[in-house]
Amino acid sequence: MPHPGVPHSWFRNKDGLGLWEGRGKVVATGVGTSPTARRWDEKPETSMGALTIIAIRKAIADAGISPDEIDGLVLTPESTTGVSNDPKTPPPPGWEKHFKMASFPQAGITRGDIDWLLLNTPELKNVKFMMNGAMCMSVSFVAAAEAVARGLTQTCLVVRGWHNLAGRYYVGVGASALNTASGPFKYSSIWGLPACGTTAMVFEEYCRKYGKSHDQMANFVVTQRRNGLMNPDGFYSQHRPEMITVEDYLTARWIAKPANIYDNDLPIMAALAVVFTTPERAKNHKQKPVYILSHGQTRPEMMGVTPTLEKWEQATDRMGRILYEGSGVGPDDLSFENMYDGFTLFHQFHLEGLRYAARGEKRGYALDLYETDISIEGPNPVSPSGGNNGNGRTRWWNHRDTILQLQGRSPSQIRKKAEIGVSGAPMPDICDALIWSATPPV
Amino acid sequence: MPKQSPIPDELDKPFYDACNEERLVIQYCTSCRRYQFPPRPGCTRCGNNASVQWRQLSGRGRIVSRVVVHDTPTSSLIPEQPFNVAAIALDEEPDIIMLSHLPGTPVDQVPIGAAVEVIFETTPATGQKVPEWRVAG
Ligand SMILES: [Zn+2]
Repeated sequence: MPHPGVPHSWFRNKDGLGLWEGRGKVVATGVGTSPTARRWDEKPETSMGALTIIAIRKAIADAGISPDEIDGLVLTPESTTGVSNDPKTPPPPGWEKHFKMASFPQAGITRGDIDWLLLNTPELKNVKFMMNGAMCMSVSFVAAAEAVARGLTQTCLVVRGWHNLAGRYYVGVGASALNTASGPFKYSSIWGLPACGTTAMVFEEYCRKYGKSHDQMANFVVTQRRNGLMNPDGFYSQHRPEMITVEDYLTARWIAKPANIYDNDLPIMAALAVVFTTPERAKNHKQKPVYILSHGQTRPEMMGVTPTLEKWEQATDRMGRILYEGSGVGPDDLSFENMYDGFTLFHQFHLEGLRYAARGEKRGYALDLYETDISIEGPNPVSPSGGNNGNGRTRWWNHRDTILQLQGRSPSQIRKKAEIGVSGAPMPDICDALIWSATPPV
Repeated sequence: MPKQSPIPDELDKPFYDACNEERLVIQYCTSCRRYQFPPRPGCTRCGNNASVQWRQLSGRGRIVSRVVVHDTPTSSLIPEQPFNVAAIALDEEPDIIMLSHLPGTPVDQVPIGAAVEVIFETTPATGQKVPEWRVAG
């Protein structure tokens, strides 16, 4: 059964909308994270779907509520940014012994599916509100926030799983392996740019404009790994618990210079579920409520094959304005920022658009900030979650950690008081972001 | 460079036919007075498709940025690594970026800001020509 996407009118994507109507009416409480793996080993019990069910059950237990209370489910169905099976590919042998089958054969394997989740999580008996937040879990968080604020669901799960199949992610497979190019590949793969290529190109333009260098990224990338290794749920802490050094970063192999291997995030298997509810109902939840103050969205108006520095700066400036207008807070109110990092070389666009830790600067200051104390112990924590870069590719570690920070229970808890935080993903010009608060708005 | 051969479709056939005649044409919306590339079914700003026409460009641009690719996903280009990919801003509309391997320019020696002019390169699989760019003068 097809489920609706998010109504366009729910997104805050322009200036002048004023304070968000839902401000203070929605909170996050329980958080559930599955184990991680580098790739799927084709066993049903380690599939993306199985991980998603684990995450859902953990989130409900974490909130300390009965599954009966869940009456909403918002899911991001896409579960990779890379290689997937053909949608009609049948599941591997034995799959039907583990799971009830939905009409879509790849459900739970290479695509999330609300019907499949409800069939295979039978304790979720009362889900009446169902919606797909396309592309990024950021969209699902916004959808769930609006749905709760509008009274369409009282207690709503927000869910996304990720799969990663065997084999290299893009290299020499599918469209890349052909000697001809069709569809959108005519304007991309014929030039041979890896996924980080566009970001590297705009980063190069940024460095040239502001007189910065790639070496200035080192402390940011090392700090990301350090923050990620504090997270027992992260991929690196579970499977590759080795710290990296500034030297490692400065001597790493190039992918598309100026992007090296550490500027790219690692595709993994993982799932996250979060419980959203009303402040009233949250009084009966085990975890401290984290209030959503507002949200914002940017989408590009495409003119060329790649974005320009100017477009990314305009888009992230707009995001900053929309978020602050809707939430009633400003850059100085942020205790930390957890914007997306999955490529490291665009994190600074998000950060500067928000004017995070600016001292009067508007643009071109982030790489200098990275060379100061940006650790969780310092005055300006940058990406305390460790992000994709420190935990593996999910596009949601940053959101998860923002909730945990404001509840005071992040594994990489900032030392100063965590009062207001921001998280958003993915790209500088294709982004959904939220402002969160430990206390209700005044 | 052994590029993949683009297979034109109904939408972008005018662009690729012009390439084979060594002319650079892209879409222009006469209502918005605005170019767009790659080709799309209608104007990405006003949504109108009747107002979108093909216009020939001067074939001049400027290098705004570059990367050096060491790990390409595209099989046919793997033997060519490392290679340049430059972002070319068109003189007529600098917000429109085309990509280029900058034939003749060694890696790590890309003159950012330099003027470039279009040339047309034949792709091996089908003989379809595609726009390329070289440093002018
Ligand atoms: Zn138009």
